[in-house]
Parts: sequence; C-alpha cells; structure tokens
Amino acid sequence: MRFLDTFFDGAVMARYLPDLISAIWVTLYLAVVIVAAGLALGLALACLRTLGSKWLNVPIIIFADLGRAIPPLVVILIFYFGLPGLGITLSGQLVIVLVLGAVLAAFAEEIFWAGLTSLSAGQWEAGRATGLTFGQTLFSIALPQAVRLAIPPLVNRALAITKMTALGSVIGVKEILAVSSSAQSFSGSATPLTMAALAYLAIFIPVVIASRLIERRFSWSI
Amino acid sequence: MVKPPVLEIAGLEKRFGDTVVLKNINLKVREGELVFVIGPSGSGKSTMLRCCNRLEEPTSGAILVEDAKITDIARRDLDKMRMKVGMVFQGFHLYPHMSVLRNVMLAQIKALKRPKDEAETRARDMLERVGLSEKADAMPSDLSGGQQQRVAIARALALDPKVMLFDEPTSALDPELVGSVLKVMKDLRREGMTMLVVSHEMAFAREAADRVIFMDGGLVVEHGSPEQIFGDPQTDRLKAFLSRVSQGAE
Ligand SMILES: Nc1ncnc2c1ncn2[C@@H]1O[C@H](COP(=O)(O)OP(=O)(O)O)[C@@H](O)[C@H]1O
Ligand SMILES: [Mg+2]
Repeated sequence: MRFLDTFFDGAVMARYLPDLISAIWVTLYLAVVIVAAGLALGLALACLRTLGSKWLNVPIIIFADLGRAIPPLVVILIFYFGLPGLGITLSGQLVIVLVLGAVLAAFAEEIFWAGLTSLSAGQWEAGRATGLTFGQTLFSIALPQAVRLAIPPLVNRALAITKMTALGSVIGVKEILAVSSSAQSFSGSATPLTMAALAYLAIFIPVVIASRLIERRFSWSI
Repeated sequence: MVKPPVLEIAGLEKRFGDTVVLKNINLKVREGELVFVIGPSGSGKSTMLRCCNRLEEPTSGAILVEDAKITDIARRDLDKMRMKVGMVFQGFHLYPHMSVLRNVMLAQIKALKRPKDEAETRARDMLERVGLSEKADAMPSDLSGGQQQRVAIARALALDPKVMLFDEPTSALDPELVGSVLKVMKDLRREGMTMLVVSHEMAFAREAADRVIFMDGGLVVEHGSPEQIFGDPQTDRLKAFLSRVSQGAE
C-alpha cells in the first residue's frame, strides 16, 4: 500500500493532471520543432559538404564536432543566463529549440555524410555518365540511398535528443519534467514524477514503433 | 566508301600528378565499327574510355564525337554531351533503390527531358532489346549479374548514344552469365551501333571485332584486324600478353 500511495496517489493525480497535459503539449511541440529543424539543417549541411569546397567544409566540420562534443546543458545555461549580459534575451523555449536543434543537426550531418560517403563512386559515375547534373545525381541517386542508411542511427539520435527537452526544466520551460517536479515539491508526493514517466512513455513508445515502420518501408536489399 | 569517324581520339595524354598514364593515343572508331581494346591491367584502358566522356579530364589532346569536340566543352555543358557517349561499367552500377524500369527511365526524364510516358515506352523497348522485358518491375538486387549488366546496357541505349563504351563488361560475371551479355553486344553490332570495347573475351573479339588495339604502359603498341593481332602478333609484349591470357593469367 505504501508503494501505491507514494507513486500512484489518486488525489494527487487528479489535481495535477491538467497541468501535466499542457506540459505534454509543450514537450511534444518542442520535440517536433527540434527534430524538424535539426534534420533539415543536418541534411542541408551534408549536401553542402558534397560540393567539396574547403570554405564550406571546414566550418561544417567544426560545427559538427563542437555540437557533438559539448554537453547541451552547458550551452543551454550559457545561452539562457549568459546572453542577457550582451543584451540578448531569449525565451527558455527558444533556447531549448536552438541548442537541441543545433546538436541534432550536428549529429544528423555526420550521419547523412557517412551515408553519402559509403556509396560507391560507381553510383555517382553512373549518374554523371548518363548526363545527370551533379544536383540531379545527388538528389535522385545518392541521397535516397544515404537517407535509407541513415534512418536507424537518426531515429536513435533524434529520440535521445528530444528526451533532452527535460533540460528545459532548469531554465523555466514548462515541459513535462519541470511541471511534474514542481508538483512533486508542492504535494510532497512522488506521484507527479510517475505521471511524468508515463507521459514520456506515452509520447515516445509510438515514436519508436513508427520508426520501426519507417525503417521497414525504406529498406530494400542491396 | 570509308565511313566518317563517330569517335576520334587525337594525341590524348593523361597524367595523374607525375604519373603518365596515357601517352599520345590516336584512335578513330567509324560508324558501325566495333573496336576492341586489349592490354594488361594498369595499361590505361579504363582511363582512355573515361576520358571519352570526361569522367576523367584529359591532360592534353582532343576527343571528338561526330563533329563535337568533347575536350572543348565547358564543364557546365558536359552533361548534354555525356548522353551521346553511352558507358557500361564492369560493376554495372544500377541504382539499387529503383526498379529496373526506373533505372532505365531516370536519365531520359532528368537529362533528356523526355515526357514520362515516352521515357517509359522507350525504356520498355530497350529492356526488350536486351531480353529483359519481364523484369521491368524487378529491383536490381533480384537480378543475376548478367541481367544487371544488360539493364545497364539498356539504360545507356535509352539515351540514343552515338557510341557505346564498354569497360570490361563481363569481367565481374560468373562464366555461365557472360554469354548473355556478349550476345546483346553482338546484336547491337549487327544493328549498327558504334562500339569501343575493353575486354578479355578474346573469342568474342575474333568473332565480332572489326579492329583490335593492344595497349601497354599507356601506349597503343599494336593495332590491326583480329587476324593480325591474334594470329600474327609483331611485338614481344603482345606475344607475352596473349600467352598469359591463354593460360588464364590475365
Ligand atoms: N584516379 C587515379 N589517380 C591516380 N592514378 C590512377 C587513377 N586512375 C587510374 N590510375 C592509374 O592509371 C593507370 C592506368 O589505370 P587504368 O586506366 O585503370 O588501367 P586498366 O583499365 O588498363 O587496368 C594505373 O597505373 C592506375 O594506377
Ligand atoms: Mg580497367
């Protein structure tokens, strides 16, 4: 009974459910924006890298390496607490989207790039030899194959990074963890944290299942 | 009457850094001719073919396809020219994420700007020509190597090339599949296609080639009819090469 009272207190659940539901929307919204922006930016950077220009590649590689090396929380704190000193004040949500979007872009760029470089030179040559332009070869031949190779690692990375929206709790973003941990301290019950865990499962289990379906749809044997 | 050359290579030289890979290559392939290229590995055969559509940039010399001087075309105008020079690779290089039909349609639509239905009709005709009409909807991975290579030939033919270049088209194939590809090439020759073929299939050369050139060390060392090259080799290098090939060493 003690276990149920601690983690599944019905009265506490009822009281905090409305708050938590709005927090779920915040987390979902942040996750969607981060994934869309991060993947789009990562893909664009990987495509730019195929042009083989040093002036583009050096900054892209530096961005990708920094983005993968620095703990996101450090950058989030710098942006949120440091930038106002320069007169730039960003909302907590914007900071989370910018930082996590950029981190996902850094990983996505490397993953797409790995997919592109794993293609045999013959695929490019076949395209060019039949009169396709560089861009046509990239978009019709190289990218579809690279994307297919990239999907499993991208799904894992996108999941890991969207779960980091919980870091918004340290800069006042009213996402799931922030709302539930403040509910926990007000109520003295661990139940809101249980609700948070269930909320995360409710969001991410469908995503994991969807990713399996996508993987299957994009697979063909080589 | 002597037919005009469809492909002309004049004074072609190619270096990679300090390494000279092709030295003063001169060759004319006339309309409807099949010219066969033999030579040891590393002698520059692939590089010569790749210079013909500028997959490799010639260091100096000229390449002409009909009246167009390939070597003078600006880089950004190369794509249109490349369609005139069909190329078939040792490794097929079909696009694994597209059906056989899409493989043959892609460049027609994107590069030639053919309407889709016209491209499809043409693709189906070309697949029939290589004996693979029933495989139009298959994926490349469902095909044998010989079938994949025939699709690659259909893909090049669909663009109405003036000349077809083959770079060891049967070298990656199991022996029992070689014949189906050679048969397609013989059919093409009979239909009047101009072809430049790098291959080790000497029996095919004797039967189908108009002329044979022997390359070694980036040079054309001998040049003649199949009877001359195989029956009466002049240089020690060619004699040594032919005896190595007949022992299955090349
Ligand atoms: N991209 C390249 N860079 C440097 N050397 C090359 C390159 N491509 C080919 N070569 C060299 O050119 C020579 C001729 O190669 P290749 O044309 O492939 O010969 P073949 O097709 O007759 O076997 C070889 O010595 C090879 O190492
Ligand atoms: Mg070769």
